[in-house]
Amino acid sequence: MHRRLASMRKSLLDQGFLDEQFIQLEELQDDSNPNFVEEIAASYYRDSARQMLNIDQALDKVPLDFTKLDNLMHQFKGSSSSIGAKKVKNESTQFQEYCRAGNAEGCRRTYRQLKKEYATLKKKLEAYFQLARQAGPLETASRPK
Amino acid sequence: MNLGASQVAKSGSMPSSSSHGPAQQFPAGLRVLVVDDDPTCLMILEKMLRTCHYEATKCNRAEIALSLLRENRNGYDIVLSDVHMPDMDGFKLLEHIGLEMDLPVIMMSADDSKNVVMKGVTHGACDYLIKPVRLEALKNIWQHVVRKRKHVWKDIEQSGSVEDGKLQQQQPDDADYLSSANEGSWRNSKRKKDEEEDPEDRDDDTSSLKKPRVVWSVELHQQFVAAANQLGIDKAVPKKILELMNVPGLTRENVASHLQKYRLYLRRLSGQHQNALNGSFMGNPEATYGSISSFNDLELQAYAASGQLPAQNLAALQAAAFGRSATKSVVSPLDQRNLFSFETPKLRFGEGQQQHLSNSKQVNFLHGIPTNMEPKQLANFHQAANSFAINMPVGSHGSQGNSLMMQMAQPQSRSQIQNDINGSYVSRLPSSIGQPVVSNGTSRVLTRPVYNQVSQSSPVAGFSAQHSTDLSRNSFPLGGNSGISSLASKVIPREETTMQLKGSQGGSNYDVFSGQQQQHKSQDWSLQSSGLAFDTLQHANMRGNHDVSQSALVQQTFSSRDTIEQSRNSSVLPSVLLQQGFSSSGHSSSSSFGKGIFSGVEENGHRNMPNIGQQLNAYFTDTSPRVKAELLEGNFYNNILPDQYDQEDLMSALLKHQQEGIVTVENDFDFDGYPLDNLPV
Repeated sequence: MHRRLASMRKSLLDQGFLDEQFIQLEELQDDSNPNFVEEIAASYYRDSARQMLNIDQALDKVPLDFTKLDNLMHQFKGSSSSIGAKKVKNESTQFQEYCRAGNAEGCRRTYRQLKKEYATLKKKLEAYFQLARQAGPLETASRPK
Repeated sequence: MNLGASQVAKSGSMPSSSSHGPAQQFPAGLRVLVVDDDPTCLMILEKMLRTCHYEATKCNRAEIALSLLRENRNGYDIVLSDVHMPDMDGFKLLEHIGLEMDLPVIMMSADDSKNVVMKGVTHGACDYLIKPVRLEALKNIWQHVVRKRKHVWKDIEQSGSVEDGKLQQQQPDDADYLSSANEGSWRNSKRKKDEEEDPEDRDDDTSSLKKPRVVWSVELHQQFVAAANQLGIDKAVPKKILELMNVPGLTRENVASHLQKYRLYLRRLSGQHQNALNGSFMGNPEATYGSISSFNDLELQAYAASGQLPAQNLAALQAAAFGRSATKSVVSPLDQRNLFSFETPKLRFGEGQQQHLSNSKQVNFLHGIPTNMEPKQLANFHQAANSFAINMPVGSHGSQGNSLMMQMAQPQSRSQIQNDINGSYVSRLPSSIGQPVVSNGTSRVLTRPVYNQVSQSSPVAGFSAQHSTDLSRNSFPLGGNSGISSLASKVIPREETTMQLKGSQGGSNYDVFSGQQQQHKSQDWSLQSSGLAFDTLQHANMRGNHDVSQSALVQQTFSSRDTIEQSRNSSVLPSVLLQQGFSSSGHSSSSSFGKGIFSGVEENGHRNMPNIGQQLNAYFTDTSPRVKAELLEGNFYNNILPDQYDQEDLMSALLKHQQEGIVTVENDFDFDGYPLDNLPV
């Protein structure tokens, strides 16, 4: 079980879905906070969903307010990087660059890509945490996300 | 789990009051206050800090952080703050903390661009961490605490009389110490007090932990500013400032280090001012702050040379000067008059700026300002303002003058706003006093002029009185000026009142921070000049609909949040126009002005609207009383803005609108006049 978990983790890292920050979070997890990483991920998905709604709305405006989009994305990027969501973070950076260049099409395109990465990571993390719960310490309550 | 709006969670044992500093093996037990609007980041940081054996306190709103720090001045050793926060810019928070509490502050951001990092440095941050923050980075933050303590400790040892509490007990009597007459006596009394207190302090210091930090309360800071202004920022030496301040228990070293910070602050302001000139309000408030410190003829002239002094700058400058100079000699009426006239503001501005500028090299503000004014006048002006004596003829001069006055009093934010505001009335406001005016699309950051206001309460009273009379005239009629000054003074203490509106249209970076945090519950925003009411209205309207960005009306920036909240129900919502910067997501509490209004409104559903409408009506009809009351409270800064506008216009516009109900401002940053549309009544 643990081995499976470790290999899943490794593959997520290797494929670039997650980065070193995620490992840091896992290292913070201890007996007093046995589901720390999962809680963080849950918090992230909650906040980022809201942030993405804001971005969606902002993208619907015409003309696009690039400054606002840049700021919104900055927030989103901060959250994403704090859990180690590497691909998502990269797309965010790209998005911000398009904002600064005033490239509306580039923004939209990147954002679509970002959403895909975001969804993919979410699924992968769900699988990961499920496995972690099974493999983890006994006191871990398996709490559905 | 949400950290939720305005909630503070403490992890670990209570940092507070009881232990001063780490009990056991340092750095374990280090009391850290971490401020970040992102709950995920906050959770992670807290966990990391606990892993480092620190005592971490989470906070997701800057205002809350400030109030926590204020309530418990010795409760924290270090502060970690995010740069981009919806309710207040991290840098502003940094400044506040630096000035008031002198705690080491570390900034964090996902943004690693050089200019942002530089900004952190210039604002006095001890360090700047790039997010995502790693555990290793946090492990070493204790070094900043030690470093600062060493500095303070050294001061204490040298002077032997630093006492946190004592300073606060001081009841600054601006008028008194400002007047030169007291000069001789302060020294004596001060010496005496020092002597009396030294032994005690020394004992306390040596026995207590190493944190003999002088807490620069708002009043104390005001005293400091007044003293510094009186001496002239260039000539202000710690020893003289110390004498002028006449605060027992304060040492020269304390003053010296504070002066250093203050100068940095001014410098920063002037730099920003430049930016502001270009349309972002950011700089203005600060500029005024710094510049006003001393007005010299020379400086003024230098400024005049510069050439482009945008009105706003002037206003700001003036405001700054206004606030600051309390201590200066009384300006002759004539001078004052000059001051008030449109040109003069510039001068003043220049003067103020000059001082600062000369130090810092940012002279942008004064470009082109005709230096008619003598710095002295300006100084006088301020002084008068402070002592409230200024009833300058300025008022009589007409709106311009007033606006200037106002501006002066009000930290430039107002002026900045003014510029941005496209609305007719907006232009009218010559210099917004610190009011965060949300201009269309531009991000304006109004910083509160907290610092300048030397005088405290008294001016406020004066202001209100005058205000009422002048209401018709400009938002801040001279009569108001005194008021303004008072307001300004009020503002200053408040350090927090910065209302920063970062224009960016949606940018959540506007910091409208009405300063409230503090204790001022006053309804500053009741600034009530019609302008204010107007703002409120708008605000009210806006709330209904929109998200902040829409309410272009930033103007009113009234004061503090507190007022807003309070007023929400009671009366005009301080329409602090926060507008623009508000990201809809953040505003839960009225911490920031705009937010306050909005949140107030929103929170109460739209039921407030009716109240607002009514209130506004009442307001308009009877502005004077309102003005008095609240305005002056610390948030003066914010409030002042309204005055800028032409009172008459405003009034009429407002009244007109009132009939129709509150106007909702739908457009982003649309300042034109105050669109009052559907004011639900």
